[in-house]
Amino acid sequence: MTTVIQRFRRAFGRAAPQAPVAPERARAAASADAVRNLDLTPSDPLLGYLQRTPGVIDFQNLRLASPMVERLRAEGVRLAVPLLSQGALIGLLTLGPRRSEQDYTSDDHTLLGNLASQAAPALRVAQLVRQQQLEARERERIAQELRVARLIQQTLLPRSVPDVAGWGITPYYEPAREVGGDFYDFIELGDGQLGLVIADVTDKGVPAALVMAMARSILRAAAGRLDSPGAVLERTNEVLYPDMPPNMFVTCLYAILDTHSGRLRFANAGHDLPYWHHAGGVSELYARGMPLGLMPGMDYEESEIVLAPGDHVLFYSDGLVEAHNAEREMFSFDRLEALVGAHADGGQPLVDMLLGELASFTGSGWVQEDDITLVALGREAASGNEPRSYPATQTVDEHSSDTWQTLAELEIPSLPDNERLAMEQVGAIACDLGLAPLRLERLKTAVAETTMNAMEHGNGYRADQPVRISVRRSETALAVRVYDYGAGGEIAADEPDLDAKLAGLQTARGWGLHLVRHMVDEVQMGSEDGMHMVELIIQL
Amino acid sequence: MPAVPFDVNVRQQPRAAIIDLHGEINAGAEARLNDAYEQADRGDPEVILLNFSQVIYMNSTGIALIVGLLARARKHKRRIIACGLSQHFRDIFEITRLSDFMPVFNDEVGALSKAEQAEHVHVRQSEARGKA
Repeated sequence: MTTVIQRFRRAFGRAAPQAPVAPERARAAASADAVRNLDLTPSDPLLGYLQRTPGVIDFQNLRLASPMVERLRAEGVRLAVPLLSQGALIGLLTLGPRRSEQDYTSDDHTLLGNLASQAAPALRVAQLVRQQQLEARERERIAQELRVARLIQQTLLPRSVPDVAGWGITPYYEPAREVGGDFYDFIELGDGQLGLVIADVTDKGVPAALVMAMARSILRAAAGRLDSPGAVLERTNEVLYPDMPPNMFVTCLYAILDTHSGRLRFANAGHDLPYWHHAGGVSELYARGMPLGLMPGMDYEESEIVLAPGDHVLFYSDGLVEAHNAEREMFSFDRLEALVGAHADGGQPLVDMLLGELASFTGSGWVQEDDITLVALGREAASGNEPRSYPATQTVDEHSSDTWQTLAELEIPSLPDNERLAMEQVGAIACDLGLAPLRLERLKTAVAETTMNAMEHGNGYRADQPVRISVRRSETALAVRVYDYGAGGEIAADEPDLDAKLAGLQTARGWGLHLVRHMVDEVQMGSEDGMHMVELIIQL
Repeated sequence: MPAVPFDVNVRQQPRAAIIDLHGEINAGAEARLNDAYEQADRGDPEVILLNFSQVIYMNSTGIALIVGLLARARKHKRRIIACGLSQHFRDIFEITRLSDFMPVFNDEVGALSKAEQAEHVHVRQSEARGKA
């Protein structure tokens, strides 16, 4: 027990002030000091003495090496009576010298003892009542805070979902009882560009809601001025950092969707990685970056994908993956990835399925531990979603007797480094067909080089002229056709010769087509619908 | 697979300079790769080792950059070797004949050990020619 309530009654005596003062001032001081907390440390021998000694204690004659005794004695305390309730020390009644300046009599001692034995239970009751009042007030304060936090959060969440032709956007938000700091946002950027935000503020309640409001405003302002998702997060971090309360930060994923091409550029400040369902399976959308508000001067890596018709992406917060069941198992990222991968439909069906799986996993009586936020973004399947048949060109006649099934049709914006997108998407499809790892790597290199040639030489890296890719398979082969807007004669015809290159007789470049020819079993070139086409064929 | 920007680190050893290549070797790698070569070359090493063990992607532009490095090294009569190539990159080195001019080893230890042995043979041959 470190604190006891010292009760001082002037009925018998007066307080001995710490320094001589006028009687009126002494009475005022004593009145203000009538009930106060005493910090009595557990090591002070007075504590044990009071617990063992229920009667009146004469402080003037008390021989105890106690700092508290010294202090009280210096304050003029003459007598003290411990107030004990069910053996527990709950207070201490102390008296200064008698007003008559005579010593306390044995009758006074007896009266004090009786008073203490009756005052102790009354004091205990008063303490319990006061404690309950404080707890009720605290409960009401917390409830009020939760109402405020919920109000802030609900006010700031989007009231409507952007209606974008060809796209489906389905948000779901369920706050925990103790409201967390999840939020999502949609930002119309014009010209078919749509910003998507999903974020989670550490902490709960009003502090989290206020940081959420601050982060949302800053991010919206940055998104209106900056075109790069990485730059938007960088700017948000710089502005947010100086005002961030200690031990708080914000995880945030910001993406910009080009609703015309399906290009999705994104940067991530430590948020859970979205899952992308595509023709080749499911992939995490990865980009490096520290949470917002932790440190200044952070860079945010930027990545991008192209969502083909029928693809969908799930953005989510940790409330879903970190939900526990009765056995304290987590719902987990692996489970979520498998569910997204297995579910071809995005949008509301995906959200409904995930909530159903969560309910089955957690069982009845589950108390939601954290906010759950989901945003399902899906590109509607093309109206002619059935496999497209390409008219056989002269160069591919030898395959025309096979039955070909279209596995995917992609559009890759002609931008530097986008050959990686083509490579990964075609690679994911080929991987599912059981292509051996080395042959898969060769196909990926061939697709990357052909796409790079198409973007650079065929389309001149014009963003409005994307590279089209179709992936088809027959019983025995996989064919990848890469289309561009060029005439087909743009690629240097010289066979690269390393001796000549090292001697400075040829440029160091010019390896693309040479590599492609060595990477796959067959390369065909032709034109179709006014577009130049290169077909890569690899036997399965 | 997300893009992994190119990064490079140069380690100077008593007789060799090791250039550790990370991430993607494409057009964006040019300046840093050339800077790394110059840094490695300043130590006047007997051999420059290109360590590809952390390279996850290399396109034809990246190959052209390696060809450029090789051309510079040969101009300065600097030996240049490679290690840590995946089987796929080894195939590309063979298809382009880079491996004819740039010996390829499995790992750094093997590469430096072989390079040292080759240097001893070279020195002994020079000494023998001197005596003759």
